[in-house]
Amino acid sequence: MPKILFRIYRYNPEKDAAPYMQDYALELEAGNKMLLDALLLIKAQDDTLSLRKSCREGVCGSDAMNINGRNGLACITQITSLKQPIEIRPLPGLPVIRDLVVDMTQFFKQYHSIKPYLVNNDPPPETERLQSPEDRLELDGLYECILCGCCTTSCPSFWWNPDKFVGPAGLLQAYRFLADTRDQATAERLDNLEDPYRLFRCHTIMNCVDVCPKQLNPTRAIGKIKDMMVKRIV
Amino acid sequence: MVNRIVTGSHFGLRDWLVQRISAVMMVLYAFFMMGYVLVQPVLDYNAWTLLFASDLVRSFTFLMLLALFYHAWIGVRDVVMDYIKPAFVRLMIHVLVVLSLILYMIWSVQILWGM
Repeated sequence: MPKILFRIYRYNPEKDAAPYMQDYALELEAGNKMLLDALLLIKAQDDTLSLRKSCREGVCGSDAMNINGRNGLACITQITSLKQPIEIRPLPGLPVIRDLVVDMTQFFKQYHSIKPYLVNNDPPPETERLQSPEDRLELDGLYECILCGCCTTSCPSFWWNPDKFVGPAGLLQAYRFLADTRDQATAERLDNLEDPYRLFRCHTIMNCVDVCPKQLNPTRAIGKIKDMMVKRIV
Repeated sequence: MVNRIVTGSHFGLRDWLVQRISAVMMVLYAFFMMGYVLVQPVLDYNAWTLLFASDLVRSFTFLMLLALFYHAWIGVRDVVMDYIKPAFVRLMIHVLVVLSLILYMIWSVQILWGM
């Protein structure tokens, strides 16, 4: 069986002066189809390699990384779909803690800044706050986001202004609550986003849509936020 | 270290909207000009002076130029906001861009209606 070649970004700030790429070759048995399987086999050979993973089925979003120049989840990326040597790097635009592990603090700061929870000041009803099926439909394509960070870290606007631009993931979540008929903070949410940096750094280049492992469309959500703001002033 | 991120200036929507509307205006003007160039058998000095003798064409041209300048302001400002980090340098570049665009505006009035 031919060996599969990997080039993996390595950086241990305690030991290495600078990041470097390390080559690995791996013989894969049948059944190991996904990139994460291969990375775990590499880690079994070389336990200094650090990476995050948890559910290994595209739900938790822990193993987001840059695979052959494109952000994605290792656990749902088939090895056969990749050109060799398979180049693995950490998510771009975030500080590297070690190897493929990045510091997501900035990403989650932006996520928290949009108040990612339902704001409803009415007393809770006996059972649940109900929605019509049509209203519920508006949340499809929004609630599925797993916050893996693939979209936001592929966005140049986030690379240049990570402290000020909310980023596609945060804005998709912002629209998820703007679109929710049970939410009562629409005006405050729009006020919070109406800013040349927070929202309008998006220049619709759609890298986010290209890489989203859940096939979501943050660009469309951002467009809908802008639509709501336009409706508010005209 | 104090690391206070300042955002929340509550503008941007109008610029974003104007950028779109001004783009449409420039497209309309481009179609108008292409139409004129295609319809004219000879494009000489006379054909151009005849076209710009009309105040309607001059006004349309001026409106297009205003759209262009506003569009350029938003575009250049966005690039500067992306790449120039020190706020003072950014402000200076903004001022420089605005002043040159105002200058271009005065210049275009002079070209369109001047002697």
